[in-house]
Order: sequence, then structure tokens, then C-alpha cells
Amino acid sequence: MAERVAVIGVGQTYHRSKRDDVSIAGLVREAAVRALEDAGCTWDDIDAVVIGKAPDMFEGIMMPELYLAAALGAVGKPMLRVHTAGSVGGSTAVVAAHLVAGGIHQRVLTVAFEKQSDSDAMWALSVPQPFSAPLLAGAGGYFAPIIRAYMRRSGAPLDTGMRVAVKDRLHALKNPYAHLKMPDISMEKVEESVMLWDPLHYLESCPSSDGAAAMVLGSEKAAAQAEASTGRRPAWVHGMAMRSEPTMFAGRNQVNPQAGRDCARDVYAQAGITNPREQLDCAEVYVPFSWYEPMWLENLGFAPEGEGWKLTQSGATSLDGGDIPWNCSGGVLSSNPIGASGMLRFLEAALQVRGLAGEHQVEGARKALGHAYGGGAQFFAMWVVGADRPE
Amino acid sequence: MSDQTYVTKDPRGPVTQLATPMRLDYLFTAGLSLSRNLRGYQRAEFVGQKCPVCGKVYVPSRGSCPVDGVALTEEVPLKNTGTVTTYCVVNVPFAGQSIKIPYICAQILLDGANLSFMGLIQECDVEDIHMGMRVEALWVDEADLVPSLASVKYFRPTGEPDADYETYREYL
Repeated sequence: MAERVAVIGVGQTYHRSKRDDVSIAGLVREAAVRALEDAGCTWDDIDAVVIGKAPDMFEGIMMPELYLAAALGAVGKPMLRVHTAGSVGGSTAVVAAHLVAGGIHQRVLTVAFEKQSDSDAMWALSVPQPFSAPLLAGAGGYFAPIIRAYMRRSGAPLDTGMRVAVKDRLHALKNPYAHLKMPDISMEKVEESVMLWDPLHYLESCPSSDGAAAMVLGSEKAAAQAEASTGRRPAWVHGMAMRSEPTMFAGRNQVNPQAGRDCARDVYAQAGITNPREQLDCAEVYVPFSWYEPMWLENLGFAPEGEGWKLTQSGATSLDGGDIPWNCSGGVLSSNPIGASGMLRFLEAALQVRGLAGEHQVEGARKALGHAYGGGAQFFAMWVVGADRPE
Repeated sequence: MSDQTYVTKDPRGPVTQLATPMRLDYLFTAGLSLSRNLRGYQRAEFVGQKCPVCGKVYVPSRGSCPVDGVALTEEVPLKNTGTVTTYCVVNVPFAGQSIKIPYICAQILLDGANLSFMGLIQECDVEDIHMGMRVEALWVDEADLVPSLASVKYFRPTGEPDADYETYREYL
């Protein structure tokens, strides 16, 4: 990485199932304004805007970045759109960070959003094609068979997913921005909820949210100015990477995809991490369906293959006493504005190492992982951020 | 104008959202490779394509092996039978759904193929479906055959003993 990159400001909306008080432009602007305020800068200070969202089919607005340029102060400035399905929030942040790392810009505003109430994602994901049968019933229908394969391979206890569903909703109670607030969440409640895509219960699945996330990424100089004017320290990017693989090929490991393993290896090498469970203080990982916590624990090297569920079962990933808390914000299981969900992981990781996560802060967090995945678990984006400026 | 607010007298309040259903019709150009596959469906046959490098058989094929990056030239006729590698039971209603819920959506590895694809299982209780179950394709009536997977009515259990886990574990 040529130039050091810092997260100097972050902003997000209060995620809800329906924000009918704002249009998409109003939604993204809300997050962007909060990020600018946090960074102590104005629209004029921004050199470029990098924006991402899930496929245009969702809201039915083609190339929404064109009409959002005005709302995001991008008129007359470089603006770039990123497309990597559900992982897009993470990829968008990485692309924006590259513009700073490459020495091109001093401050880049990066934004991601989804307005699911304007959209029918289930329909958009179930388009008939001549070479496939129209059976999918949304993302859950795609991932449930892969989850079943994980259960078979690992022999994980059947309540593993339910534990994640409860834990992440308890975490969400500490995050004012989280969409789902379920103070009475319990294993019984999850088990009693409708089996939507057997083996996945309703409460083991993410909600549909309206929301946006934004970050101001800056150079070393911009970081120093932001800290001097706001008194809030930045988060430093220690490593970032993206990887992808085809959805279908013979011998593809769908449970533990190679692209995810390769992406993690790359980002850890950049950040000097050899043992993620020990060297990271927390992680914000894209878990839209409960069972993806144990699966990604293995894919990201926090546990050996087949043993991720042991960490979940032992409480290791809980903010309440766990040694490696995952998704202290409540994660995707508690707020899912699809395009923004990946950026929220990156943003929450930055909040943790800045010490600004409030009630869901991991005490003394110095290094955190932000992770996003998308498509048929084929697109991956990750970064490791730290409280210390990298050498 | 800018500081004027329009106040509606309608008791339902102002309009905040408008549903505008849309329809997009695509002309799908299948290309040479997928065409062979789709023509197979029109004859009630599964046609696989074999990679000249790794020897894996793809169905449906998009014309190249994603691992070796070479064109798949050899056609391999496949049987009507296969194994359920994994599955889920769909119990969620959605717009445009054509099948009554709950239904079984399974990954089916056809005999002789090296890639599974998603298929509907019927004539099987949702309680009875399991990994390794042997199934066969039931095609639509001859007059209704079309060059798409719609020619496969559904898959159903054959009643044979289950496939051994080792025969399909690498396809999970």
C-alpha cells in the first residue's frame, strides 16, 4: 500500500423496515452528512465519491448513481459505482480506499445503500431463466442447502444457528442504529418461528431494511486534520482485499469457498496477522443467515475446518464475555439494507478501533476485521483496521 | 414556493409510495454451447459437456470449463437419474411463485455429471427427503417439450437404496 489510508468519518442511518419519509437520495444523504460531520469536513473537502448498492433490479432504478450525484455533492467530481452483489458495501469501501492509497485523492466519500421497502428483492432474485428452474425463493433458498451441507460435514449440534440468532439480536439491543430490537429474544422464540427454508427458521434470517452507510476515507494528512478539528482519532487500514470465484464449477467448495480463504489470507498477510482469533479484538462479519457464523469462522481462519460451531457454542463470539466477539453491532441478522450491509461491517470495525462504538464497544479494541460476501458466496471483500498507524 | 407545504385533506394522509409493477421481456441468445443443452431438453434428454483437460462433465454447460478455461467440445448424453446432494424445504411465499408451498428444492447430481443443479422434487413427502436420495426426472408431455428446463416437470424418488455419502461429498 503506497499511501496510508484512514477512516476519518463514518455515518449511518437508523435502519428501519420502511423509511417512507425519505427518497433514496434523502437516505444516502443522511448517512453522508453524518460521515462528513464525524470527519469535521464539508462537501467541498471531498475529492471523489464511490458508491455501491446491490443489483439495480431490486429497486428497479437503473444506474441510480447518476441521479444520486447531486444529493452526494458529486457534481463535477469523479464518481464511481461498484457492483459485487451483496458484498458491494465492502468492495465499495475497498475501491474508495484504493483511490487514497494510490495517492490520487486526499478525501474520498464512500456510500452504500438499499431501500428494500421500494424494492422486491425476493422477486428480483427469482427471475426465470431457460437454464434454471424458478425455485429459489430468494437468498434463503440458495443458502439453506449449503448450510445443510455444512451441518452434515461438521456434525454441528442443530441449535448452533439458533444461538447465533439470539446472540446477534442481543448485541443489537446495544446499537441505537440497529433495525431489529427484540429484547425478549430466546432460543425458544427462534425455534418456534416459522421454518422458512428448512433448516432455516424465520428468526435465523436477516430482516429487510432501508438504510445507508457512509465513510470519509482520507490520507495521512487528512487524518491529522480531522483528528485536530474533531478530537476523534481515525481508524487505520492495515490491509484490504477482494476475491471472487465462479458460482458453479466442478469440485467447488460451496461451504468453505476458496475465494474467501484466499481473501482472508491476503488481508491477514498485509496486516501481519498470523492468528486471527488471538490478534484481532473483534470482527464484523457478513452473517445474513445464522449458520454463516460457524461457516465463516472456519473460512476466515478463526477455527479449524469443521470446528467453527465450537466457538459459537462456547460463547467465544459473544460480546458478553467472549474472547473474539463477532458482530457486536447486531450484524446483518439485525439490520439488512443489502447494499449497505457490507459497508456497515467495515464501518463498525472502524468504530470499534476508534473506541466510538458506544454501548457495543469491545473494551480496548485495537484491531478489527470487516468482512462482506455476496452473490452465490462468490464475492468477498475484507479489511483489517487498527487504532495504530501502520508502519 | 420553497417554504409552502401542501396539506392533503384526504384522511389517508399524503401519498408516500406508489407501487408500479413492471415487466421486462428478454430475448435470450443462448449461444452455441447452451443451445445444445437446451435442444436436449426439447428432446427430453440431459446433455452434458466434458472438459478435455480435467474430464469433468458439466450440465448445464455455458461452453467452457471455469477451472481450466478451455472450450467444452465433447457432448456426453446423461441419464435421467441422479442423487440429491443437499436440499431445502421452501415454505416462503413470494411474488410470481408457481409452486405450492412447502416444496422441496434439491441440488441434484445427475449420474455421470460433475456438477449439481437445482431441481424440484415431488411425489415425496417433505418429511421423507434426505441427502443421498436417488431421484429421476419426469418430463412434460411430448407436445409440451420446450428448449428450457421447463421441460422437466420435476424429479421424484426412484426407490433405489441411497447413494453412499462418499460418492457425492465433493459436490456439496
